Amino acid sequence: GSTTQKNLVQSVTDALDTILSTDSSAVVFGEDIKFGGVFRCTVGLAEKYGNERVFNTPLSEQGIVGFGIGLAAAGATAIAEMQFADYVFPAFDQLVNEAAKYRYRSGSMFDCGQLTVRMPCGAVGHGALYHSQSPEAYFAHTPGLKVVVPRSPIQTKGLLLASIRDPNPVLFMEPKILYRQAVEDVPVGDYEIPLSRAEVLKEGADLTLLAWGNQVHVLREVGQMAEKELGLSCELIDLRTIYPWDRETICESVSKTGRLLVSHEAPFTGGFAAEIAAFVQSECFLNLEAPVERVCGWDTPFPHIHEPFYVPNKYRCFDAIKKLASY
Amino acid sequence: LTMLRLCRFSFRKTRAWAFSPTRLLSSSGEPSGHEQSLYPGSKSRFSADIAQCRPLTSDGDGGVSLYRVMDRLGQLLNPEQDLNLSEETLLKMHKTMMLLNTADKILYDAQRQGRISFYMTSFGEEATHIGSASALNSNDLVYAQYREAGVLLWRGYTLDEMMNQCYGNHLDPAKGRQMPVHYGSKELNYHTISSPLATQMPQAPGAAYALKRAQAGACVICYFGDGAASEGDAHAAMNFAATLDCPVIFFCRNNGYAISTPTEDQYRGDGIVARGPGYGIDSVRVDGNDVLAVYDVVRAAREICVKMNKPVLIEAMTYRVGHHSTSDDSSAYRSIDEVSYWDREDHPISRFAHYLKQKIGRA
Repeated sequence: GSTTQKNLVQSVTDALDTILSTDSSAVVFGEDIKFGGVFRCTVGLAEKYGNERVFNTPLSEQGIVGFGIGLAAAGATAIAEMQFADYVFPAFDQLVNEAAKYRYRSGSMFDCGQLTVRMPCGAVGHGALYHSQSPEAYFAHTPGLKVVVPRSPIQTKGLLLASIRDPNPVLFMEPKILYRQAVEDVPVGDYEIPLSRAEVLKEGADLTLLAWGNQVHVLREVGQMAEKELGLSCELIDLRTIYPWDRETICESVSKTGRLLVSHEAPFTGGFAAEIAAFVQSECFLNLEAPVERVCGWDTPFPHIHEPFYVPNKYRCFDAIKKLASY
Repeated sequence: LTMLRLCRFSFRKTRAWAFSPTRLLSSSGEPSGHEQSLYPGSKSRFSADIAQCRPLTSDGDGGVSLYRVMDRLGQLLNPEQDLNLSEETLLKMHKTMMLLNTADKILYDAQRQGRISFYMTSFGEEATHIGSASALNSNDLVYAQYREAGVLLWRGYTLDEMMNQCYGNHLDPAKGRQMPVHYGSKELNYHTISSPLATQMPQAPGAAYALKRAQAGACVICYFGDGAASEGDAHAAMNFAATLDCPVIFFCRNNGYAISTPTEDQYRGDGIVARGPGYGIDSVRVDGNDVLAVYDVVRAAREICVKMNKPVLIEAMTYRVGHHSTSDDSSAYRSIDEVSYWDREDHPISRFAHYLKQKIGRA
């Protein structure tokens, strides 16, 4: 169908607009939402749908998520925003002890599946400790939650619509560096991209490269480097949904290539690559030609200076490919 | 108690955020320097008298009074203030309080005998449950903490249902997933209890906001204790309820203890009621052992919520006669004489029984 050029911010706005126009129970709320949001994701929505549906809350993440749980449990579609993923932690109790367990603990008498919590995440060049974090691993350890990370505007709109409509509480983490940088021809209509389905972006025979969010683009470039300089054919996969993750697609790919590189900005130890590596070595052991390589943020807080050395840049990933290929 | 009044200004319609200081400053004969502030955060007057610039604290003034209708012997303080509830309602109130008290005794002993793993009683607080529940409509949503089983019983929760949950048998709709006393009932609009304290508090205004949008004509009541009121979630809840105009009743059961922690170690101000005005919330303190007074304030609170879409804070003073739970022996931190006083001299059920005998000749 027809498309318009949009960046990632505008794709978010588009998805929210679609929900607000089709679901009369939907409300969008958080800090600074009314004027359009610090990243402009909610521009125009308060004017269009009114202050009762698009509104500011006081500055309290635990309040925002708790309030959202109550809204959802009472039958409204609740779309909350955390201003930065780095500030989701005051809401950790509400997310892990309440949202994730609401349906289970009540034997399905109650649920807050209509809750979605959006947050900007990831490195942005100068964000340092508190404007760069990728907290997906904390929440991937919580049965009852879903965690989704898009890589592009088209993916964002489809995945966000699917997340909002998914009957479970979903955390939607938007790589902020892509907010304005990523521009695509986004379909104008209402469409969804399924959760818990990874996408193979490029087929390959020799190695599987797996990432999510902005790191997908880094690995794409690394794959091109590997092909040009090492003659290696790399299969590139975007995980898209971190939890529950698409084990089948990943294991199928690794069984074919025998070599897996997983890369994320979040710190190495306990990062989500560790879960993937553990599962893959268990399922695909006899197909592996080399141990799974993980190229991640270092095990330190995210620094202001030396960010290019902190993040899993293309050179570190390329080195890991060489190691995988020559094992 | 004075409510903080925010001055309203009407700006020119050209832009929503137009600013016009000359209008604000024009008042006749004002000495300069004492005009109204233009600060966005407060439009009160300036003053050179520092005594004017200090909010009331509760040092030495004895604190906010407790509203009651009858004394601890069941005598009306003011006969004109009799609520004149129907005999049917009065008897149901008494019966439900007795039912709760009796069920508590049996289930507490069941835990002691190894039949169930854990239990929490509501001894001494029966009036807070029944007084509040009886003043609500059945479609008002309940977000509770863990010591509000009487609310469920009032609404029709059966003893079988209580026991199914406590025993975690195959008839428990929650499939045995939670510890005893973590009741929930979709049919009775009582959200399932969760162990973490005060987490229900910000959820309640969220649910209330949804009810407001749906024009359901219903409110939410959110129960919590004096200890839970210290949690950050409690602060967030009240601030959200006030700023977002949520029809929610915050009902604090101040029973004097959070497990072993007495209120002296829990707060330094005048309990929980004194915090309400800080959020801009209408607040009242009530004698929680007076079931009629509790009914009265909750009924009034409900009206305010549903008609004005504003939250209300009720602090019901009471006493936890029982231990915190079956895992607690409160003689380790309080005197048996103190407990005995409340059990024998000022118990909500016996107080009400006295009232009933005078009112309808029987209890």
